[in-house]
Amino acid sequence: MSTISLERPVPAPRVLTTEPRFSDKVFRGVVTAGGLSSLVILGLITIFLAYRGFEVFRKEGIGFITNSGWTITTDDSGNIVESHFGLAAMLVGTILVSVIAVVIAVPVSVFSALFLNFYAPNWMKKILITVIDMMAAFPSILFGIWGFLVLMPSAEYWAKLLHHHLGFIPLFNMPAPVFTRSPFIAGIILAIMIIPIITSVSREIFSQAPLDRMQAAYALGATRWAMIKAVVIPYGRSGVIGGAMLGLGRAMGETVAVYTVLNIVFKINWDMLFGAGGNVASLIILKFGEAGPYEIKALMAAGLVLFILTLIVNGISDVIVKRTGKSGR
Amino acid sequence: MSTATTPASVVLPTRPWKASKQDRLRNVALFLAAIVTSFVVVQATPMKGKLAYFGIYFIAYMAYTSGYQGFKRGGASAKDACVNSFVAIGAIITVIPIGSIIFTVIQKGYKGISFNLFTNDMALATPTDPLNNGGLLHAITGTLTLVSLSLVMSVPIAILTALYLTEIKGRFTKPIKFLVQAMSGVPSIVAGLFILSAVVYPITKGFSGFMASLALSILMIPTIARTSEEVLNLIPNELREAGTALGGTQWRTVAMIVLPAARSGLMTAIILGIARIAGETAPLLLLSGGGDKVNPNAFHGPIGSLPYYIWKAFNAGSPESLTRAWAGLLVLLGLVLILFTLARLLGTRRASR
Repeated sequence: MSTISLERPVPAPRVLTTEPRFSDKVFRGVVTAGGLSSLVILGLITIFLAYRGFEVFRKEGIGFITNSGWTITTDDSGNIVESHFGLAAMLVGTILVSVIAVVIAVPVSVFSALFLNFYAPNWMKKILITVIDMMAAFPSILFGIWGFLVLMPSAEYWAKLLHHHLGFIPLFNMPAPVFTRSPFIAGIILAIMIIPIITSVSREIFSQAPLDRMQAAYALGATRWAMIKAVVIPYGRSGVIGGAMLGLGRAMGETVAVYTVLNIVFKINWDMLFGAGGNVASLIILKFGEAGPYEIKALMAAGLVLFILTLIVNGISDVIVKRTGKSGR
Repeated sequence: MSTATTPASVVLPTRPWKASKQDRLRNVALFLAAIVTSFVVVQATPMKGKLAYFGIYFIAYMAYTSGYQGFKRGGASAKDACVNSFVAIGAIITVIPIGSIIFTVIQKGYKGISFNLFTNDMALATPTDPLNNGGLLHAITGTLTLVSLSLVMSVPIAILTALYLTEIKGRFTKPIKFLVQAMSGVPSIVAGLFILSAVVYPITKGFSGFMASLALSILMIPTIARTSEEVLNLIPNELREAGTALGGTQWRTVAMIVLPAARSGLMTAIILGIARIAGETAPLLLLSGGGDKVNPNAFHGPIGSLPYYIWKAFNAGSPESLTRAWAGLLVLLGLVLILFTLARLLGTRRASR
């Protein structure tokens, strides 16, 4: 027995390696490829829109951004006689409408986020969070039709009140008494659409506010508002700004809701109560139906401009939100 | 106090933070006073309408509560009471539109809901026809087709992205996180234009359900990827370590342990993704072609969908077509709400386990 065990060959030490097995290599390769898909998709979007829109960019030059006409004339056989494409009015309209939306939405969202975190009883908090998250999933066409048929009459009345009582402020100026389908009304609808987004971002940030500092504030005899002002707002400020930028990005890219409500006019208009405005996304929907091949190229170029605009806004918001998460702890 | 039943030595717990009877009475008095004030002011001045009642009530309530607090406890308390009103109004303004939307859709949509809505399509009817003519069968089947096609394309990519961010954590983790975030901000119309320029014009030269679902996938991937990433991050690391300790390769660990453990969370992510795209309109206007007939072939010919049906009916502009649009919205809203409730239920079950 013992001789046998002595004669048994000593096994060579196992080769230790950190080299992943073949199956893992495949797995890692596949997952990395999947992970890089977002890069590929975003890259392809940029390349294809730029490629299609290149001809228009070259012909219009910087005027594509600074001019505001959008005309194309064709002769009987469909050849293009003359064309002018400029996005200035639409860009101004996009910015005006989305800034109105953010200006209305941010205070409301911040207050409701404060309410959810520090004022509401627990049962109400649960219900409200569900309801607000649900609202974020509502389709935009629903907002558009509801806004057009239900909100518009009231909003028009509010616009008249604003003009009547605060008309001396240049902001509420009007060149002619046309209150319907104005950027103001579109802005209100976009505000309603982005309130859930900003509320949930702010709520998340506020709920991370350091508990010890909040308790310290209470222990020093602060009222609830004094505590919020001293602890929560300084902690969450940049997070709220990030959320607002996120909402701004959403508002800029919104198509159907704006198209339903807004009266699209190819002329730069800064008067928010006046019923004429624009939005790059709704321009695309408006012109797509009857557009010929060349005009489609111009629409692709407009899409690229919109895409880059939203990318920039989203990028900034992402950076701001991330910075809050790190600096606060 | 029920001193008769308890010995005098037992100290009953008091709750100093609870509102006493006096406090409650005072709150009700302030509330009523504000209502009376708003009523009187609106009657006495040329102001009128719901907005005036609401505004005056708000101002009066704020003034009374902060005045009372300021009188009793000083300036800081007055400010606190003032902010209370603002915070409450913020929450109210957030909730009013959602209530109004749901109420309007149900009120105007239920008239258009009938049996033939779910058995007919619009092939032989126009939106302005009487309501017992035609239906939205083509729209419902179309939306289901689009959603399932998009699911088939986007779920693998999205979950692979989430796995890359949570399991591999390679060199590209940070940029990919950023890109997924950026992708979730891509306007839906841009996604539509992209498919138009990259696939429809050079390759297929025709509209079909497949084209539309390509665009919808682009919108769906970031939603699913971000939610799945959060879910996978919640899976405790011990499970992964246990898998490795049992001699499993990473592939086996992920496939047999991590993914099954996260199953219900991943379902939530997928359902949220569906809710994101079910009502998406803009890319469908560009890509689906919007047929009026039930089209079982997603790869050829125009296909109808709920948003497109609603859009068409809304733009037709007659009373019948508007009722059609509201009925379509009711069906769409019901679909989104059911999906959302499902996601919630799965999500809470995960949390409680």
